[in-house]
Amino acid sequence: MTSTTATPTTTTVIEVQSLTKRFGSLTAIDDISFSVEKNKIYGLLGRNGAGKTTIMSLLTGQDFVTQGDVRVFGESPAENARVLQNISFIKESQKYPDDFKPKHVFASAPWFFEHWSADLAGQLIDDFQLPMNRRIKKLSRGQLSAVGVIVGLASRAPLTFFDEPYLGLDAAARQTFYDRLLADYAEHPRTVVLSTHLINEVANMLEHVIVIDKGRIVIDQDAESLRESATNIVGPRTAVETFIARREVLHSEGVGGFLSATVAGLRPDERTEAAAAGLELAPVSLQQLVVRRTDGSSTEFGATS
Amino acid sequence: MIEEGKPIFVQIAEQIENDIIDGHLAEETQVPSTNEFALFHRINPATAGKGVNLLVDDGILYKRRGIGMFVASGAREQLIAKRTTAFQQEYLRPLLNEARKLGIGIDQLTNMIHEEAVTA
Repeated sequence: MTSTTATPTTTTVIEVQSLTKRFGSLTAIDDISFSVEKNKIYGLLGRNGAGKTTIMSLLTGQDFVTQGDVRVFGESPAENARVLQNISFIKESQKYPDDFKPKHVFASAPWFFEHWSADLAGQLIDDFQLPMNRRIKKLSRGQLSAVGVIVGLASRAPLTFFDEPYLGLDAAARQTFYDRLLADYAEHPRTVVLSTHLINEVANMLEHVIVIDKGRIVIDQDAESLRESATNIVGPRTAVETFIARREVLHSEGVGGFLSATVAGLRPDERTEAAAAGLELAPVSLQQLVVRRTDGSSTEFGATS
Repeated sequence: MIEEGKPIFVQIAEQIENDIIDGHLAEETQVPSTNEFALFHRINPATAGKGVNLLVDDGILYKRRGIGMFVASGAREQLIAKRTTAFQQEYLRPLLNEARKLGIGIDQLTNMIHEEAVTA
């Protein structure tokens, strides 16, 4: 036991500066910078191949950076036991020894996780009705995901990553995961980074959202302000076109005489103005917003790079 | 229960307000904790806390140290006054706009309101 532990003393848990990761000629992560604050739930969102898993692998010391600086609890995570013992990384493709059964996984978990809760693990095993004595190789895809979810939650690590942990879990089991995550997080606050494609399911649990597209960050914003950052305007084509003429349009689609346009957030007086012009205002969900910002086929974006 | 289009913390505050107005939460009684609101609505606890704090700022709720949040005396009256003002803007104006669009005059509208009030 050393006197200096990696326990965070500041409110920043992760600090990434000008990070680039290349695999041969492929630039997977392209000069990104961001930080993650202590005890918040983050959503790390983006399309397949955007670079989410690469970022998490770099943050958890499972891969090495090409360029730039990664600090987790103030230190480099690569081959750094002090940092890594405070991290739980649950990924879709977790490998276990061949003869392992779930009971072996949960029995060995306390060796790796200082804050491991056997009580919580036991409750979750019941929740997911996980067979403890079946070999991991024989588990269904959903049961295998349940093992990961249980380890991720019961480890109560100060920094927990869930990388699409839900494969094979049905809607009811996913809801159980979300409910238990929220309940245990409320009792034992910690930093959670959740990577998922099921954005609608987790949107209200997130406090901050980071969206990656082609190795770059396109959104890094707190969830509440993000919800207000865009509005759909629907109405007669000419009226909508007049209204959006002097605004940034994220997306638009029309049917006959009707037009629906997604624009950047409106002030209250602009909303009143739109309503007076006979236009309907509809909210944009987080999922829609992410699709709009990462949909390569759209040519409506303001800035191109 | 949580809808899009309105900040979630505002919706939490409004739901607590509704509970106070209809008497589910009496004055000087304790309201559920931030975590309880968060779990019930399946939202981030920080968001629930923001909604509760909105009502603390307005003097609708107050904190008893070490115990929790309570409904302030006079909160119901204060909320009804606030909502009555908002009623005009949020309900009457859209109603009149739609009536105008359909060519429904004030007299006809008054009659419709009376009819509806009888059956409701």
